[in-house]
Amino acid sequence: MVSGVFASLIALTQGGGQAAAEGAHFEPFLPGLVVLLPLLGFLANGILALRHGRASADAVRAGGEFNLGGPDSRPSTHTLPTWIGPGVMAGAFLITLVNFGRMLGVHLEAPVVVHYWTWMATGTFTVDAALQLDQLSMIMMMIITGVGFLIHVFSVGYMKEDPGYPRYFAYLNLFVFFMLVLVMGSSYALMFVGWEGVGLCSYLLIGFWFADREKADAGKKAFIVNRIGDVGFLIAMFLLYKAFHTVDFVPVFAEAETLAYGGALVTAITLFFFLGAVGKSAQMPLYVWLPDAMAGPTPVSALIHAATMVTAGVYLVARSSVLFALSPVASATVAGVGALTALFAATIALKQNDIKKVLAYSTVSQLGYMFVGVGVGAYAAGVFHLMTHAFFKALLFLGSGAVIHAMHHAYHSTHRHEDAQDMRNMGGLKAYMPITWATMWVATLAIAGIWPFAGFFSKDEIIWQTAAFGGAAGAPFPTLYTIYWIIALAAAMLTAFYMTRMMVMTFHGTNRTGEAEAKQLHEAPATMWIPLAVLAALSAFGGWINVPEAIQNSFLGGMGAFPMSEWLHHWLEPLTAQAHHIQEVNLGELSHSAPFGGGEVLWAVLSTVAAGVVVLLTIRTVGRQKIVSVAEDTTELTGISALLYNKYYVDEIYDRFIVQPIIEASRFCWRVVDARIIDGTVNAVGLVSKGIGWGISMFQTGSVNTYAFILTVGVLVILGASLF
Amino acid sequence: MITEALVLSAILFVIGTFGFLVRRNAIIMFLCVELQLNAVNLSFVAFSRMWGIDGQIFVFFVMTVAAAEAAVGLAIIISIFRHYETVNVDSFNLLKW
Amino acid sequence: MVTILFYLFAGLAIGGAIGVVMAKSPVGSLLFMVTTLAAMAATFVLLEAHFLAAIQIIVYAGAIMVLFLFVIMLLNLGHDYQRDLKGGAFAVLSFAIVGAISGLLAQRLGAAGSSDITAGGVAIDAAIAEHGAIGAIAQPLYTTYVVPFEITGILLLVAIVGALVLAKKEV
Repeated sequence: MVSGVFASLIALTQGGGQAAAEGAHFEPFLPGLVVLLPLLGFLANGILALRHGRASADAVRAGGEFNLGGPDSRPSTHTLPTWIGPGVMAGAFLITLVNFGRMLGVHLEAPVVVHYWTWMATGTFTVDAALQLDQLSMIMMMIITGVGFLIHVFSVGYMKEDPGYPRYFAYLNLFVFFMLVLVMGSSYALMFVGWEGVGLCSYLLIGFWFADREKADAGKKAFIVNRIGDVGFLIAMFLLYKAFHTVDFVPVFAEAETLAYGGALVTAITLFFFLGAVGKSAQMPLYVWLPDAMAGPTPVSALIHAATMVTAGVYLVARSSVLFALSPVASATVAGVGALTALFAATIALKQNDIKKVLAYSTVSQLGYMFVGVGVGAYAAGVFHLMTHAFFKALLFLGSGAVIHAMHHAYHSTHRHEDAQDMRNMGGLKAYMPITWATMWVATLAIAGIWPFAGFFSKDEIIWQTAAFGGAAGAPFPTLYTIYWIIALAAAMLTAFYMTRMMVMTFHGTNRTGEAEAKQLHEAPATMWIPLAVLAALSAFGGWINVPEAIQNSFLGGMGAFPMSEWLHHWLEPLTAQAHHIQEVNLGELSHSAPFGGGEVLWAVLSTVAAGVVVLLTIRTVGRQKIVSVAEDTTELTGISALLYNKYYVDEIYDRFIVQPIIEASRFCWRVVDARIIDGTVNAVGLVSKGIGWGISMFQTGSVNTYAFILTVGVLVILGASLF
Repeated sequence: MITEALVLSAILFVIGTFGFLVRRNAIIMFLCVELQLNAVNLSFVAFSRMWGIDGQIFVFFVMTVAAAEAAVGLAIIISIFRHYETVNVDSFNLLKW
Repeated sequence: MVTILFYLFAGLAIGGAIGVVMAKSPVGSLLFMVTTLAAMAATFVLLEAHFLAAIQIIVYAGAIMVLFLFVIMLLNLGHDYQRDLKGGAFAVLSFAIVGAISGLLAQRLGAAGSSDITAGGVAIDAAIAEHGAIGAIAQPLYTTYVVPFEITGILLLVAIVGALVLAKKEV
């Protein structure tokens, strides 16, 4: 056993195993080490965190201060995690880069599966511990390790003074490990391991400051809401096993087309998978946990709740593209839930004042876009938006982290207990934090869909594909897709509005922090602004790797001069080809014009101009609004504003109609079923036994004569019985 | 004559039982048990007139058992007496509810 | 003649038995018991169980009763006694239950009717004529019943050891 694990570890570090796809020239370079490095980082940081925690506990027991991280304890609890945490990420990113480079060089037709050992074997069902390397997992690995590395670096600055510094990096490394298992696992079972693992890390990191009841509760909420989705994932996996007797990706997709197109089984499988995706990717109606998840440290929000974990649902749908393509109902559901969520979350974001809440609802909204993309069969577009979103949303979160960091310091220095996250307390920060301001504007323009930033290409591609899909000859619900398209366009405008509003409230206008505090505001340290700059560059130019075919020859696509046009689309082709084939056979050619006429170029120009106009108008109107700091804000919100500010009262509705009934039912089970019926029965049995025992013990008089008498009566009864 | 012997046996057994029930002196109770045993012995002997020598042999064994029982029983009475200074069974009521 | 003798000894036995139960002093009870045992030995003789009659006198009346007497003397119960008959409701109940047993036994005896010597009894007479009274009982005892006989020996050994251990002052 132990030696087996040891041998596996050696195999891992040597990139061992054998490539399943014969003839592929792609030679994986230490893929196991990509996964193993963050795990090692977790172990190292975890040991440091444990030692650190024990030392503090000893200090408290000895009557000392509860000192989790004074300057004196820095060497072991600060320097080592500082190097280990981002260090393992750098290592993983470099190995991923090497693999990416090698994969670029060959045209990989089939996924390369690297087997390590058999994880479980029960009868005919076996699951291997195997990593699958293909174009999709490679893109995800690049995002996770690349963006993850930047966020780790940012965290060094952001979490510098936190007492739980080593614990933070331990959790973060563990998260990356599980996320890599999620995207690299070669089967749904292994994916589920990562799926649950990232859920755990999300819970641990949301509740990182668990001493605060509200934050601990937010962690629990995320964990519990995710469980609902996980049930769906599990059921889908069971159905998959029932249908194919395996849950490995390669054989499942190879045999998928034996299922009837649009059949009940494939629809059930995909809908249950989508339920899992809805939970993990915070779509309606299970999105409620993500805004609360902002209770965690801001880099965590950037990494887990914007760039990586929440996109796992999109990855799941993209990975299962063959299955989803086989079920038009499920695909329409995916797109519909995505479109509704995109609009719904965007409207809530309009009235939020907490900078992280705005970004949280924005994330929910953007995830909706990704689901629209994968729902209309534009899997490459969905993954494309996933990637660009990872860049600009990570940047936005990190930027907001830098702002919160500065605000927190300012309030801390004057000992004022104001909300460091409320935008009403900010304003005019441009003067104090120019780099943050500039980089965040890049991200804002990107998310708003302004040409030539990354978000323009990815979002526009999704919107266009929605229209094109609805216009296909055999499209199942053409009107529905037209509605999705309109919703997507409307949500794009809302996005431009609320993001610009956030920027204006935070960075422009007059400063509302307070005079003494304003003096303390400062730009973020280098460990924080360098990642911002890198992400800003990616947000600005990342979109050019996938300029849609139709517009690459227009001025929007650089008149065909740019060589990377449709690169991502072609890159993912081997994986999406089967799904596209199914789609083409059953639905026919996609439409080349939007529902109300006009080609892709026209609508792309229209949308980016409209977004630009919205941005400019917002700068004017919000800039002119009189905004007052939280302490002085006495505005009573009414009507729609109140409805949006209170997030449509969804949390209250859930509380009233789901949480409270469950609590009531639990209370009933506890007070009545358990305490009365079950305990009552048990107690009654006990009491009856006791009573009978007490009654019978009356015969135990201690008098030999009585015993003799009873004995004689017994003899008489036996003799008498023999009479009859 | 066999019937008469059986009647006598029944009478002796009943008297023994009655004595066992109403006397409180452990030794007398013991004697009453012996009386019951003897009553049964008598019926065995009587039946041996009908069914053969086996009845008598059974009586032989009963006597042996009675001897063993008397030895052990009296030893127990002696040790109880050492403790309680009496053989009145109403005094030995430690084992009750 | 035999019948008259039987009734005589039967009366003696019943009288002795009543004496055992009713006598005040333990020694009295014991002596009544000896009377009963002797009378029963006589009825054994009348029932052609000569060997058992002898044993009854030697082992029961001789050995066991003397053992009882020893104990009574040892425990110094020979005087200073009080009546220890239970009275009241318990005595009445006991009487009722004993009456019920009597009724039951009477019913059984009445149902069986009068019995007389059958082939088994005749065989005993023949065996006694051939082997003598001891031989008649020794023959099956050392053949058919040899294993129970040996076990009885072990029982007696255990009883001796047990009695010693129980009655010793210090173990």
